[in-house]
Amino acid sequence: MPTYSASEIASLGGDRETALIAGDGGLHFVNKLRFSITGIGAGLAWLAFGLSCMRWPDIGDWPRTEAVAYTAFAIAGGIAIATTAQAALGKFGDGVQRRAPWLFALGAFLTLWELATAKFGWLPLPFFPPPQSIVEVYTDDLPKLLDSAFASVKLQLGGYFIGAAVGFLTGVSIGWSRLAGYWVHPILRFIGPLPATAWLPIAFFTFPSAWSASTFLIALATGFPVTVLTWSGVASVSTAYYDVARTLGAKPSFLVTKVAIPAALPHVFVGLFMGLGASFAVLVVAEMIGVKAGLGFYLQWAQGWASYNNMYAALIVMSLLCSGAITLLFKVRDRLLVWQKGVVKW
Amino acid sequence: MVALATAFKPAATGASLEVKDVSHAFDIDGNVLPVLDNVSISVAPGEFVALLGPSGCGKSTLLRLVAGLEPPRAGALEEDGVAITGPYPSRVVVFQDPTLFPWRTVWDNVALGLEAQGVLKTQRHRVDAAIDLVGLGAFKKAYPHQLSGGMAQRVALARALVNDPRILVLDEPLGKLDSLTRITMQAELVSLWQRNGFTALLVTHDVEEALFLANRVIVFSDRPARVTADITVDRPYPRHRGDPHLAELRRQILGLLGLDATW
Ligand SMILES: Nc1ncnc2c1ncn2[C@@H]1O[C@H](COP(=O)(O)OP(=O)(O)O)[C@@H](O)[C@H]1O
Ligand SMILES: [Mg+2]
Repeated sequence: MPTYSASEIASLGGDRETALIAGDGGLHFVNKLRFSITGIGAGLAWLAFGLSCMRWPDIGDWPRTEAVAYTAFAIAGGIAIATTAQAALGKFGDGVQRRAPWLFALGAFLTLWELATAKFGWLPLPFFPPPQSIVEVYTDDLPKLLDSAFASVKLQLGGYFIGAAVGFLTGVSIGWSRLAGYWVHPILRFIGPLPATAWLPIAFFTFPSAWSASTFLIALATGFPVTVLTWSGVASVSTAYYDVARTLGAKPSFLVTKVAIPAALPHVFVGLFMGLGASFAVLVVAEMIGVKAGLGFYLQWAQGWASYNNMYAALIVMSLLCSGAITLLFKVRDRLLVWQKGVVKW
Repeated sequence: MVALATAFKPAATGASLEVKDVSHAFDIDGNVLPVLDNVSISVAPGEFVALLGPSGCGKSTLLRLVAGLEPPRAGALEEDGVAITGPYPSRVVVFQDPTLFPWRTVWDNVALGLEAQGVLKTQRHRVDAAIDLVGLGAFKKAYPHQLSGGMAQRVALARALVNDPRILVLDEPLGKLDSLTRITMQAELVSLWQRNGFTALLVTHDVEEALFLANRVIVFSDRPARVTADITVDRPYPRHRGDPHLAELRRQILGLLGLDATW
């Protein structure tokens, strides 16, 4: 049992005796309850969102308005409880409390959005769908959306891994071997800076399938930055490291795998990061133009029906996936580069 | 320390080193920069020789030739009568900068030589013994950026010693340390050398350090380096910094380096 300071006991005031009677556990819990202004504010913002859904009639036909309102109430209650009992909830409570200002901003934004679209039509309608119509996509069109997301992830992963692997190997070879540099460098300079999307029309005709063409283009978009940065990483390794390893009996293969590559790894990750961004762009364009699947295709299809809520819903999924991919890459990097101090946190 | 000494048993004792009429030069933008001029040095097995000379005269270059990292332009170098043609782990260098691999822990840095030679699997205990020897047993899992300068230099020393070198080549290994750490590490170097019996070739810019550590002190001229003096320091170990004989030698060497007027 913790010892209590005078001020803590005093703050319990009149409840002190009942709390003491409630026993050790009760005192412990009550003592951990703290109202947080940001937490209550965030709860109120979500409450306002729910009420704004219920208070006025919709100006259109949206079946999910009520469900969204109840979800908003539940979230409002959840935030209020989690922030008040923060100390008792440990990590989860801390997390909610830390995000409370953001949760407040989000609730306020949703309230405004709800009013501006579904209730008073301040924003022109098909282009600015209300929150409930986007939620409707997730509840009613989920299978199609999931299929599209899955197709995108599959295409992206295949192309990205091929591009990253080829880029890495090419970068190491031209950084290490003069001969490889002599032959590959001019090709790299000629082809590399070309945006991968410029190849689209040719690729879709020359490859056996749209899928293989897109994989190739994604790999190309990934491969160029990975190659260049791996190469510069290997080329910039201090010769002192090689001297040390050589006097200790290292053979060339050891110098490549145990000196050049680990020393170049921070550069390689910059390349992988840049390649990820470039390949997202290629993925979406390829799906819009040629591949008949994926989130890019879904966007294109929704546009054909002027179905803006579907487009927003797909954009949100896309953004979560891209952000997730970058988070994952940074996690892997932090794992592999623990030896570096002061790496950027994503 | 006694227990450690027995755990860390050297496999071989020191080798002899011959530097025969070695001259070396660098090409810089089409100009030839002569660095070593007909240098001849003969080091007996197990001897501790210190090299002193003005900065930039070519001491580090000579050590690179001894290590086999570069071939000399003229002359020859021999280890135990065998020509030195390339780097070999019997001649290990401790460079002026510790040059630890930042992506490896202390343990993995010290294990580098055994790993490169492909014997790490059976010799892991040697890595632990070498780390304990330099007193860093508690830091095996630390990364180089977490170490102080003195600790990093100790790791570099352990990384060299774990290979049981027959010739230990030291290029101003204590040059960047604070004076207290320096004095402790000088004493440690002497006891390591006495215990392991390797031949030591030490470059230093500190005359006292040379006199405290070495059997012989060789003084170089300005670049291109020539041997201007070869002084035997005939005093038993452990030496005392206040030894009047060493003070006399110090005065003499400073004179050779052109510093007599001020000291
Ligand atoms: N790789 C190199 N290329 C060109 N010049 C060099 C090289 N290494 C050393 N030098 C030059 O050789 C001279 C001697 O250098 P060094 O042996 O490092 O001197 P020090 O006696 O201070 O250790 C210096 O003038 C230096 O600039
Ligand atoms: Mg030097």
